[in-house]
Amino acid sequence: MTEEGRSTARGWAFAGPALAWTLVFFVVPMALVLAYSGFRRIGGSLETTLSLANYERALGTPVFRSALANSIEVGLLTVAVSVLVAYPAAYLLAYRVPARWGRLLLALAVLPFWTSYVVRSYSWLLVLAREGVVNRALLGLGVVQEPITLANTRTATVIGFVHFFTMLMTLTIYASLVQIPASYRKAARDLGASGWRTLVHVTLPLSVPGVVVGAFLTFVLAIGDYITPQILGGARELLLPQAIMLQVQRTGDFPMAAALSVVLLAVIAVAYVPAARRFSLVTR
Amino acid sequence: MRMRRIGIIVTAIALVGVACGGGGGGGGAGAPTELNALVWCDHTDPELLRPFEEANGVKVNVKDYEGTGVALGILEQSQPGDWDVFVVDSVDVPRVAQAGWLAPLDPNDFPWDDFFPEVRMPEMHYVDDTLYAVPEKFGYNTIAYNSEKVDPEDMRDLQSLWDPTYRGRIAVYDYYIPTMELVAIALGIEPSEITEDDLPAIADKLAELKEQAALTGDVVTTQTALATGEVDIIVGGGEYVTAVLESENPALDWVLPDQGGIRWQQAIGVVATSEKKDLATKFVQYIVSPEGQARLATSSCYWAMPANSKAPLSAEEKEILRWDEQPGFIANSDPYFIPDPELDRKMLDVWTEFLGG
Repeated sequence: MTEEGRSTARGWAFAGPALAWTLVFFVVPMALVLAYSGFRRIGGSLETTLSLANYERALGTPVFRSALANSIEVGLLTVAVSVLVAYPAAYLLAYRVPARWGRLLLALAVLPFWTSYVVRSYSWLLVLAREGVVNRALLGLGVVQEPITLANTRTATVIGFVHFFTMLMTLTIYASLVQIPASYRKAARDLGASGWRTLVHVTLPLSVPGVVVGAFLTFVLAIGDYITPQILGGARELLLPQAIMLQVQRTGDFPMAAALSVVLLAVIAVAYVPAARRFSLVTR
Repeated sequence: MRMRRIGIIVTAIALVGVACGGGGGGGGAGAPTELNALVWCDHTDPELLRPFEEANGVKVNVKDYEGTGVALGILEQSQPGDWDVFVVDSVDVPRVAQAGWLAPLDPNDFPWDDFFPEVRMPEMHYVDDTLYAVPEKFGYNTIAYNSEKVDPEDMRDLQSLWDPTYRGRIAVYDYYIPTMELVAIALGIEPSEITEDDLPAIADKLAELKEQAALTGDVVTTQTALATGEVDIIVGGGEYVTAVLESENPALDWVLPDQGGIRWQQAIGVVATSEKKDLATKFVQYIVSPEGQARLATSSCYWAMPANSKAPLSAEEKEILRWDEQPGFIANSDPYFIPDPELDRKMLDVWTEFLGG
């Protein structure tokens, strides 16, 4: 075997496990989901003749379109609020907090991830409930006379998401900020730029890749989440994951659930492609 | 370059996470000393399983599910022999049996004379004169409430749910069939006589109910809302919601309104592909025996009436279950109505509109 051949074989040997993993746990399941989305559940039986009927229903029924729109809105709102919270936190951690305290704060930042996602959601429910911590505090301080409705609303869902995902975004932005050479900011200051101008014209543009990665991850996790809207949102509005679960849990209509899942995945792909193109998240 | 790689990795992880989310998993083939049961959560109580396990020297592995659709999905994805026992809503027994998931049972193996006459329901448990499942537990989708926050007398009138007094204080149980049937009763429609023509009126009444409701959710969500004071009423709730909270808050109660309510019932059968049918049948016999029934009725997950009238429950337990009121409740309640597939799909569409509206 030539040196080039040995090198190629070595490459396949190293890549093999990852490729096999991807094939078994991503490609095959996705192919099954795609195939299922073309089937139809009619009564108790499965019609396996491929058709686009489920997609017509998914995209043609107002309530499903509304669920999709709600999901996108909640995802974008979560991203927007998370960026506003995460960026200052990441900035402080990267540039203002001494290194030894920074490590401690980073460790504290990931602490919430050590508890169950469901437990965290129910904890927020207790905080936001009519007789919860927030309402008790507001009533005690005389800010409100009657408990305000916080739990079982879209606001509650977004609050939960922001709490869960802000730290994820903080870490991706932090990773981006610490890679910016300190000399860039020093040069800007030497050339007379104020702290604010340095932030806006140097630090912020160079940290955008971290923001985009964090925003994309947050959007993906939020738009695909079923538990938080179910627990904190109170099903006051229908989101796409809930519509999917409705098909699975109540009627066993897996083909329709698969079609809705493919629609959800298509939305994520649409969000991914422009981000990947602009910030070279894919290798060419 | 480094960021690019990180980006690829995290993006791939996220996509896999979203694409492959959920997943039920089968039970796996058990050893000869094990029994695998697909059940509602009340069968996961160790206090229920222990006597059978000790008496037979076996381990009962249980997987709980919510909704027959999910259970069928699990069965479809499993290998023959993975599952031995299947607990399922009585209304779904015919379709599950016709789909070939349940093994025939010998009626003589079970204490039919001890079962409450109203729950025997041969039309649900037999298909073509063959028994496929045995009734084991029943209760009501009706109104659960906090008696310190609402007038208990009001709760005996279904129309109170649409009273502005209770606006924002109601949770709606998110199973569309019993809840829509309860709404039908409020409209004066017999649940068993619901047709497609009735759906617009039911949809309108549901929309009005949504205006009244603070939330719609599953058992745990609605139960939590009632327990934490977020709501004071659960539409579609019953003893299965409040009984386990009795010790914490005796004010939580339930009632069947004067107009009536919906009666749910679950059954237990042996999976057709089980390789341990004798042991599985023995387990079914234990569950419907007086001892098994008492433990099942007061399971830590949820309480409800046992199908076996000989279940040795204490006076206090019977009071919580409103044992003495059962004849009246049974007479004034309708069993789950089984819509045909077309009506079922249209009912789910109405319900989806209700959730999304």
